[in-house]
Amino acid sequence: MSAAAIRIDDLVFRWRPAAAPAVRLATLTVDAGKSLFLHGPSGAGKSTLLNLLGGVLQPERGRIEVLGQALGDLPAARRDAFRADHLGFIFQQFNLLPWLSTLDNVLLPCRFSQRRAQRAGDPAAEARRLLAALDLDAAVHSAPAGQLSVGQQQRVAAARALIGRPEIVIADEPTSALDAARQDAFIDLLLGEARAAGSTVVFVSHDLRLAAHFDASFALAGESPT
Amino acid sequence: MSAWLRLALASAWNRRLSLGLTLLSVILAATLLLSVERIRQAARDSFAQSVSGSDLVVGARTSPVQLVLYSVFRLGEATNNLDWASYRKIAADPAIAWSVPLSLGDSHRGYSVLGTTPEYFVHFHYGDRQPLVFADGAAFAGIFDAVLGAEVAGRLGYRVGDHITLSHGDGGLPGMEHDDKPFTVVGILAPTGTPVDRTVHVGLAAIEAIHLDWIGGAPVPGFNIGAEVVQKFDLTPKTITAFLVGLHQRAEVFRIQRRINQFADEPLLAVMPGVALDQLWQTVGVVERALQAVSWLVLAVGLAGLMATMLAGLDQRRREMAILRSLGAGPRHILGLLLLESGLVSLLGCLLGLAAVSLLAGTGGQMLAAFGLAALPLAPSPAEWQLLAAVLVCGLLVGLLPAWRAYRLSLADGLIPRS
Repeated sequence: MSAAAIRIDDLVFRWRPAAAPAVRLATLTVDAGKSLFLHGPSGAGKSTLLNLLGGVLQPERGRIEVLGQALGDLPAARRDAFRADHLGFIFQQFNLLPWLSTLDNVLLPCRFSQRRAQRAGDPAAEARRLLAALDLDAAVHSAPAGQLSVGQQQRVAAARALIGRPEIVIADEPTSALDAARQDAFIDLLLGEARAAGSTVVFVSHDLRLAAHFDASFALAGESPT
Repeated sequence: MSAWLRLALASAWNRRLSLGLTLLSVILAATLLLSVERIRQAARDSFAQSVSGSDLVVGARTSPVQLVLYSVFRLGEATNNLDWASYRKIAADPAIAWSVPLSLGDSHRGYSVLGTTPEYFVHFHYGDRQPLVFADGAAFAGIFDAVLGAEVAGRLGYRVGDHITLSHGDGGLPGMEHDDKPFTVVGILAPTGTPVDRTVHVGLAAIEAIHLDWIGGAPVPGFNIGAEVVQKFDLTPKTITAFLVGLHQRAEVFRIQRRINQFADEPLLAVMPGVALDQLWQTVGVVERALQAVSWLVLAVGLAGLMATMLAGLDQRRREMAILRSLGAGPRHILGLLLLESGLVSLLGCLLGLAAVSLLAGTGGQMLAAFGLAALPLAPSPAEWQLLAAVLVCGLLVGLLPAWRAYRLSLADGLIPRS
């Protein structure tokens, strides 16, 4: 495995053959264990890039290596399994399955990935530890996730993304529904736990103010590559 | 895979109200479809088995369906009778094991009166060659003895020992009563689910006796022969309406049938009851096909409801599907989950529908018996299993559209639903 968690070369993606490229990226490297702040205006292709990193979309041209594995070399089913084993995701909002309890939501990755379950040790205990570390009382652990506040839900999502110490955590505007004070607190908690787990973090946001928290930042500018 | 299944079940449980209502409509549709099939089959069986064990039904020449209608179902009237002499001549054929004469034409309060011989109670079979059984009393022995079918006795409240009088014809005309010669009820038959239940049975001699002082279908004024003196007259009938024939060898049936149909003395018709009953059923089959069509339509409505519910739910579930994809689900899994859901709803609908039909058959059987239907079978027939399989396949097909749409959505959305 190379020291780079993510390495992208000469990437082009179009939604339709005739359309302008949704993503065009000459090169991007994220070292293992580091955190990257990925920013750009709406329509710059941030979401598309995350889908490409997750192996959900395939580029028209170029190469995406995640943990030394070229995603293009894997068949679709293996890419899905790879995503479950090595990547944790935090979305903008509505991260949780509202009918499951908080704890069950956090445990979801361990149900679908043997590797994550093994790396978590005792998954239930690890889930409780993560929730506690992210400032969530034991009282909310068994509550249905749908009853939690937005701020609580995002922290539960962070715990889910981190459980089983995936090598990469990808967060897509996870703080956009939070107020400024909570945004900083959330990012600190997330980065602290990611560092403890040894996970690389890719954090996507349009809000440049947040860039200071991260090791590096990268601007995605749609059709004009950096 | 079991993790996916558990998640699918939890997700379905979360949507239990809309899915439950949809399931209810599928259950109702399956129940209707199955009960129509079961009642149809039971009606057909009970119809086809109104008479069994008789190889031929013989009457004056008419159409086979009409002969069966009046001789077996007591519907309508014979246009012609046949001579007693012809009957004796044919019955003497050595190939014929037994024969039972039938004489119709009178009634008792709307129920047909059948003049026959005591052998009728021995040889007449119905259903799967079941003999007639006396619930009370025994066959008639004296001239003015009567044996009642189960429905006649039940509806009119007669018991053994009661007295009844017969009416001439269908009893529609006043003054056409045989009230000078009352009958005594000596036997009551157990229910059969056939026209036997709606029949008053008397001896052939009784039919002759009550018409001794009648000429041309009306009582002769001022002329009366008392019940106590009828024995002095010759009570051998001159004509009968029809007769049942049983053969020693079934293989002889075509030869005997041909012989009777070519009978020289008068034009006769012999039909195999099963064949004629089938023909008759064809004519009432339109109703059964209409019922079937309606139940398929109800099923279509139920399944359309399932499709609508699933399609409407998809938009709300795009987040859920994105989360599943982030957990490693491929679009195929999403397709599978949706198909599983429609499949499970259909399967549950089928099973619960089957349970409902069995319950109905168990509890409603007596009610149906009142309509002259044999008790419904509790276990599903092979045809019903086929129907259930068809419902299941339809359910899966119905799931294809939402599943395909979910597949397309999850391909387009990836990990980030556009909402």
